[in-house]
Amino acid sequence: MKLISLSDNVNKPCNLVQFKDTLMMFDCGLDALSTLGFIPLPLVTSNHFSSLPNWTASNNQDTQLESELKECDGKVFVDSAPEFCCPEFSTINFKHVDVIFVSNYLCMLGLPYITERTDFEGVVYATEPTIQIGRQFMEEIIYHIERTPKIKLASKWKDKSVYQNLPLPVNLSSLPPHLWRQIFTSKELNSSFSKVKVIGYGEKIDIFGAFQISAHSSGYCIGSCNWLIETAHEKIVYLSSTSTLTTHPKPIDYGPFRKADVMIITNLTQTPICNPDNMLAELCSRVTAALASGGNVLIPCYPSGVIYDLFECLIPHLDNSGFSTTPVYFVSPVADQSLAYSNILAEWLTTNKQTRVYLPEEPFGHSYLVRSGRLKHYQGIHVEAFSNDYKSPCVVFTGHPSLRFGDVVHFIELWKSSPNNLIVFTEPDFPYKDALAPYQPVAMKAIHCPIDTSLNFFQVNKLIREVKPSNVVISEKYTSPPPMFDLKTDLIVDPGPGSELITYKRNETIRIKLNRKYERAAIDSELASSLVPVELKSGVSVATVTGTLIAKDNKFKLETLTANEINEIRRNKQGQAIPPQFYTYGTLNLPMFMQLLGKAGIYDATIEQTPNGCIVHLRSEDAFVTIDDSLTHIVCDANDSLRILLKDLVYQCLKKI
Amino acid sequence: MSEIKVTPLGAGQDVGRSCIIVTINGKNIMLDCGMHMGYNDDRRFPDFTYITKEGPVTEFIDCVIISHFHLDHCGALPYLTEMVGYNGPIYMTHPTKAICPILLEDFRKITVDKKGETNFFSSQMIKDCMKKVIAVNLHQVIQVDEQLEIKAYYAGHVLGAAMFKVSVGQQSFVYTGDYNMTPDRHLGAAWIDKCRPDILITESTYATTIRDSKRCRERDFLLKVHDAIERGGKVLIPVFALGRAQELCILLETYWERMNLKVPIYFAIGLTEKATNYYKMFITWTNQKIKKTFVQRNMFDFKHIKPFDRAYMDNPGSMVVFATPGMLHAGLSLQLFKKWAPFENNMVIMPGYCVAGTVGHKILGGAKKVEFENKQVIDVKMSVEYMSFSAHADAKGIMQLITQCEPANVLLVHGEATKMQFLSQKIKQELNLECYMPANGETVSIPVKISVPVDVSRKLLKSTLHQPMIGSELEVKKPRLLHGTLVIKNDETGTTFKLIEPDKAMNEMAIKPHQIRFTSSVRLENTNRRPALQLSELIYKYLSNKLRDQHNVSFLNDASIMVSSVMLRVDMTSDDEYKDVYVSWADVDESLGSYVVSLIQDIQSTL
Repeated sequence: MKLISLSDNVNKPCNLVQFKDTLMMFDCGLDALSTLGFIPLPLVTSNHFSSLPNWTASNNQDTQLESELKECDGKVFVDSAPEFCCPEFSTINFKHVDVIFVSNYLCMLGLPYITERTDFEGVVYATEPTIQIGRQFMEEIIYHIERTPKIKLASKWKDKSVYQNLPLPVNLSSLPPHLWRQIFTSKELNSSFSKVKVIGYGEKIDIFGAFQISAHSSGYCIGSCNWLIETAHEKIVYLSSTSTLTTHPKPIDYGPFRKADVMIITNLTQTPICNPDNMLAELCSRVTAALASGGNVLIPCYPSGVIYDLFECLIPHLDNSGFSTTPVYFVSPVADQSLAYSNILAEWLTTNKQTRVYLPEEPFGHSYLVRSGRLKHYQGIHVEAFSNDYKSPCVVFTGHPSLRFGDVVHFIELWKSSPNNLIVFTEPDFPYKDALAPYQPVAMKAIHCPIDTSLNFFQVNKLIREVKPSNVVISEKYTSPPPMFDLKTDLIVDPGPGSELITYKRNETIRIKLNRKYERAAIDSELASSLVPVELKSGVSVATVTGTLIAKDNKFKLETLTANEINEIRRNKQGQAIPPQFYTYGTLNLPMFMQLLGKAGIYDATIEQTPNGCIVHLRSEDAFVTIDDSLTHIVCDANDSLRILLKDLVYQCLKKI
Repeated sequence: MSEIKVTPLGAGQDVGRSCIIVTINGKNIMLDCGMHMGYNDDRRFPDFTYITKEGPVTEFIDCVIISHFHLDHCGALPYLTEMVGYNGPIYMTHPTKAICPILLEDFRKITVDKKGETNFFSSQMIKDCMKKVIAVNLHQVIQVDEQLEIKAYYAGHVLGAAMFKVSVGQQSFVYTGDYNMTPDRHLGAAWIDKCRPDILITESTYATTIRDSKRCRERDFLLKVHDAIERGGKVLIPVFALGRAQELCILLETYWERMNLKVPIYFAIGLTEKATNYYKMFITWTNQKIKKTFVQRNMFDFKHIKPFDRAYMDNPGSMVVFATPGMLHAGLSLQLFKKWAPFENNMVIMPGYCVAGTVGHKILGGAKKVEFENKQVIDVKMSVEYMSFSAHADAKGIMQLITQCEPANVLLVHGEATKMQFLSQKIKQELNLECYMPANGETVSIPVKISVPVDVSRKLLKSTLHQPMIGSELEVKKPRLLHGTLVIKNDETGTTFKLIEPDKAMNEMAIKPHQIRFTSSVRLENTNRRPALQLSELIYKYLSNKLRDQHNVSFLNDASIMVSSVMLRVDMTSDDEYKDVYVSWADVDESLGSYVVSLIQDIQSTL
């Protein structure tokens, strides 16, 4: 088995696995960190952004280049539509990728780049919620970027000699600009989704007969899963975003992963020292504090996921803290879809929420909040209903968490100058200071309460010890503590003594040896019933099998050799051995042999002892048989009938399997 | 050869009280546990004494599977779990688990509370029973135990209806429950993959119907309703809270929309909103169209259908009212009936089955006067219509499903004997499959071929696959000969089958092979006193000529000749008119050995 990672960001994975001549891709993450290098896209012209000075390098004479780059707060930003960092395209020919498995909607956003812009011809598998919500995420991004088109496309800066010296707020070695792309189109999105097939939890999909793959709940978000590749003798696990905490998704199911041969682990928490519960509590108290000082609260968010928990947690907190009349707005072009879909996906939720539909009540509290008017949702700030309803101070949930596009841009511009206002960063994908950089100066308070429920190092190490995989495959990044916490040496993946640790780097081919000794085949009923097993000791029987091996669709079948096939073999190769029907073993029963000779009409046989055994002479036939512990040798003239007779008698005096 | 046994306790050459016991590879599975609506006595429930005369049934049944929420498929479940005492696993889909208890409770109320019957399960029993149910998702493979696994497929009959594939080791069967092969107003079409079960147990309600008549029935229904309101009449549709009520609402809602009708439609069902909520929340189980549009407009948020108020009862003018219960034996539907029955402009449409003794049953039987307990007599002048809207596959659909999943045998249930007979012939003739149709209580044993899964040593497999092909290179697909020793081990953890190289097996078993060798002497005459060495060379050339394409022929230093593993040697001692040639080979090379002997004998003629 081989593995190549096409992404440098362990939280936006894209890994190729080759197993049994099948090339699979797990996850198709899109790294949006690259968008931080761009000027935000305001809905209406913004004084702040349009008056930012061009960036001038000391040695640069190119005015065209200068107009592409703006400077704010000592950082440089590209004045162009934001671009996203795709998985590495050049390493492999995507034509050879047979199938793509997407673990959750956050690992899906790069999919159209692969299915629409490479030679990929295979199929994609994802769960129904991943498909629905993944589509909502992509539609939201496209909508936000396309509604504010940039006239110019900046490209000069992408020259390596230029960007090498640019203080962009992006790590360019991890996000090489040659992989940056404009967002895909709606057409590409639709075409891409037409290639996606639905898979349910626990559903076993047969891949070319070579193995089966199944998705198992990972507990991270609605419809999120980990993957199990199984043959009769091997088990390979691919672990993507996983959570052992109880929030709204169906809990993690790792039972089937036990004793896996290989466990590939990606997508661990991005905030290893933050406890999601503490963060949530802090968020609630900081929000009410801000509201108490008359400020507004802005919570940049994705249109689905943690926001469901935030609604259910924050709104009752507001109500209990005397802010029951403070409006809560959820603004997203897919807000209505997100809220509606979450309520019909009960089968993918925690038991607690699932049983509510038996009452029947909606699984999520937000539907009640929406019905009662406590939570209001809008397609965007431009819709009339929003302008009519808008009251300040308020709490606004809106995207995008990169702060580069979406209605969040408008709210920051609106609120940034007052220190009473508060912006709370809950999504862990973006460093919040870099996200805010192009808006500087910002007086509004900014707090970082990342809520990342994915496994932390302690949890993953515990999981490894429970699952006991023979090999653990991880990015080399997980073998040393994260850059910001280099003294915390326990922030690494440590599989313990029972498992072999294998690490990978981007674009490096890793070979993982699977010690496969056996392959499953089926003996058909006819051949099976013709077998005569001999019991050698209690509980162990053996039988000699000769059959026709049929290898079809990666499956093996053994059938009875037909007379035709036997003749065919004989005809094609004179003197070709047809394998024996049985094997003889042990020592020859001499008294019995003598007796049988007599019965066959050979009366003059005599026994001559030798150091190793004996020789039986058959004088009248001019033949003799030498017998020792492990060999009987029949010597006679070319008289087949005698030879065959002797052979049969010898057979009768030996044990056979 | 092994066999799978199937015994219908209900639905064998019959419709109603579906309950089928299948014995497969040592496991017993109960498919559906329905009640017969036509009986008030013991015959109402399946005869569980068939399973065991006395004592607990749990140990005889490995699991119970319920296909959908209709009472003729799940109605006896609380009886089985709470009164007969089954406490093993029960599986159904999420919507079935949600809706089933409501229908059970509805029916219990009629039977016990209204009709005062005893020996029936209680409300609490229904609740306790449902707690034991494990809900399954479509296509999820559920491991019931080590060997037994089940998987649900979409059946499209009612919300949450499923077909189930049950596998135990190498054997498997599919039970369809009730299904529909054409997408309808709110459900999609049944679908199954090419899972090649040993048996397909299929319903055959419409075994002889060739076209989908549901659309026609719907049109008929709409025209009748339309006619009645045109002439100023009132239309009463007695329904149960869930199931057909929602189907008919969608039907009328879309018709009203299309025809721009203004006549009010009322839905007078206690749990109107609640009931419809089930449909809203299980939208993923409806058809593509509803799923696609539900964010903009939930099909079950009705625009034209309003909640009923008793005050409307005496409103003049036409109206359409859905009211419970469905058999006109009590409640609002009966009250409305009493009021509206005497007027011939009015109409009552009975969309479902009615139990004997109910008013519904009487008027469907053509009664023109109905007498009540208080001696009140009502003249029935309103028109009475019966319409069945159940969505079942027709003969074409059944054949289609068979082709989809490619079973080795077909077994028909849930249909009338004569119709089954017809379909059975058709299946045998057109698809060349064995087809069974056992009656209730009758057991059929269906032979199935089983193959034995073995673990072949990869080394052995590789050497087999890479052995030089016999004949032309083009015949890559040609079968190859695999030879090995099967080692069967039985211990507490089960039985393992390993196919390995024979010498390895002997080694592992610590047994010493005993070889048999042959040496045959062929006497060649008139050798012209050739020296032995010369004769050896002559023989070598001859054999080499004949055999070199297929065998490795070599001349050794000591003048012996090897043909693959067969050894030849000319007797060096004699120099007479004859020479002896010794040919020696091991038993495994018997065919080559004897062939070489015959070739040496042939040499005589060339000397």
